[in-house]
Amino acid sequence: MTTTAAQSRTAHSHPYDYAELPRLMGLMTGDEKHGPAATSTLDVLWVLYDRVLRVGPERTSDPGRDRFLLSKGHGPMAYYAVLAAKGFLPVEWLPGFGSYDSPLGHHPDRVLVPGAEIGSGSLGHGLPIAVGTALGLRAQGLDGPAVWVLVGDAELDEGSNHEAIAFAGPAGLDRLHAVVVDNSSASHARPGGIAARFEAAGWSTVTVDGRDHAALYSAFTAPHSGRPHVVVARVEPKDD
Amino acid sequence: MDTMRDRFAPVVSRLLDEDPRVAVVLAEIGTANFTEAQARHPDRVINVGIREQLLVSAGAGLALTGMRPVLHTFASFLVERPFEQVKLDLGHQDVGAVLVSAAASFDWPAGGFTHMAPGDVALLDTLDGWTVHVPGHPDEAETLLRHAVAAGDDKVYVRLSTQSNTEGLAVDGARFLTLREGRDGVVIAVGPMLDAVLAATEGLDVTVLYATTVRPFDTAGLRRATEAAGTDVVLVEPYLAGTSTAAVNDALAEVPHRVLGLGVGRRELRKYGEVDEHIAAHGLDARTLRERIRGFVGAGHLSSYVRT
Repeated sequence: MTTTAAQSRTAHSHPYDYAELPRLMGLMTGDEKHGPAATSTLDVLWVLYDRVLRVGPERTSDPGRDRFLLSKGHGPMAYYAVLAAKGFLPVEWLPGFGSYDSPLGHHPDRVLVPGAEIGSGSLGHGLPIAVGTALGLRAQGLDGPAVWVLVGDAELDEGSNHEAIAFAGPAGLDRLHAVVVDNSSASHARPGGIAARFEAAGWSTVTVDGRDHAALYSAFTAPHSGRPHVVVARVEPKDD
Repeated sequence: MDTMRDRFAPVVSRLLDEDPRVAVVLAEIGTANFTEAQARHPDRVINVGIREQLLVSAGAGLALTGMRPVLHTFASFLVERPFEQVKLDLGHQDVGAVLVSAAASFDWPAGGFTHMAPGDVALLDTLDGWTVHVPGHPDEAETLLRHAVAAGDDKVYVRLSTQSNTEGLAVDGARFLTLREGRDGVVIAVGPMLDAVLAATEGLDVTVLYATTVRPFDTAGLRRATEAAGTDVVLVEPYLAGTSTAAVNDALAEVPHRVLGLGVGRRELRKYGEVDEHIAAHGLDARTLRERIRGFVGAGHLSSYVRT
């Protein structure tokens, strides 16, 4: 698996950049044009993998790597495209998306996808697992690695998230970072409600335009001493 | 006599001292017994509050970083309430943990049905790869807890109960023990059911096997026992009746056999009271067990006569 990924990178003469992601997604969807729902996470993922996360295909089992947990496992084409662009998995895998023998399902499986820290699909699991990951790193004295988890705004409907949010703040899990991709898909929501929930639990919060790479980078790297940090990344409503 | 649960915190506290991989995750229940261990290992004794989904998921996260999490609360809140977390965050993520439950099927009858979990083992049976220990005595609980934590990254369930036999036996974390040998059938007593089974089968010509590790099921041990005792098998389990009937059927798939699965009934009694009253209500007292076992292995004679 690693060999194949390495060969694939060698065959591609330059590192993939952001502009090539639609083509990579097109290998899975059969169309290079993608609506807001398919790309809601794309910019967040790109900025994280391109500029923030200390991860790489050569260090997927390095205890000191950052951990990125994709909790919102629906519509993972953007995730697979970014992983392929960054050399975690061969681009040749993308066209098989969802087929019987493909490692790339419509929800990711960590056992099958190089670089995927968790399998997801059922909503509300990633953030609580990320809490445990942060606790595990802290217990081993690994205070370098950051733990990141991406959730969707409607995913926050699941109560399990609120067990995690309410615990992480008072526990002072300052290596824990959440990014909520808010495409207004929750049926019952109040404006500003997402950040308020986290803030009430003692998190550091920033709300930004989820398409603005500079704003995302700034929000991702904002200091948040002693507190977990959430970035609410607002993108176009999925029904537009 | 102390209870199995009285042994839990001291044993796991020693394991915390011995092995830096071990971490304990609690959801308020049982925290008082870990005060000293928490002072020594503040990052490895974790209380998440009354949040049982987080209890299991946080355990999974710890395991993903290479640790050996031990998760503890009452069985109903450890297996039933966060069952999808058990299924996905441990099973699907392919990581291990030790789940240690208390309160069992009806350890606190006055607490009512909300604190009863006769279906815990049956639920785990829907999942792959779980080891299930059901100790019948505090000494056995101590042994099996150590086995469980030492079992690499396996998924292990240890079911502690206030129900207990008078004597602990030398259990090995895998095989059934043969306590009596007879020719008229095999009675498998699981964990705390042993004393009642021994009393119930006094003078009967049956083999009595003692099971404290029920998953994986000791198929070879059961087959060996049936060579002399025949293939009438009675299971006496301290949780839902018939939970291991399929395991017995699978073990004896190649030979004609009969199985009687005794245990806790499905019907909600809506009764409080004492443990003994619930044992009797489910027909698990020695006198009732004797009637049910005799009736079954007696009928077995007839069926084996007809077959031959």
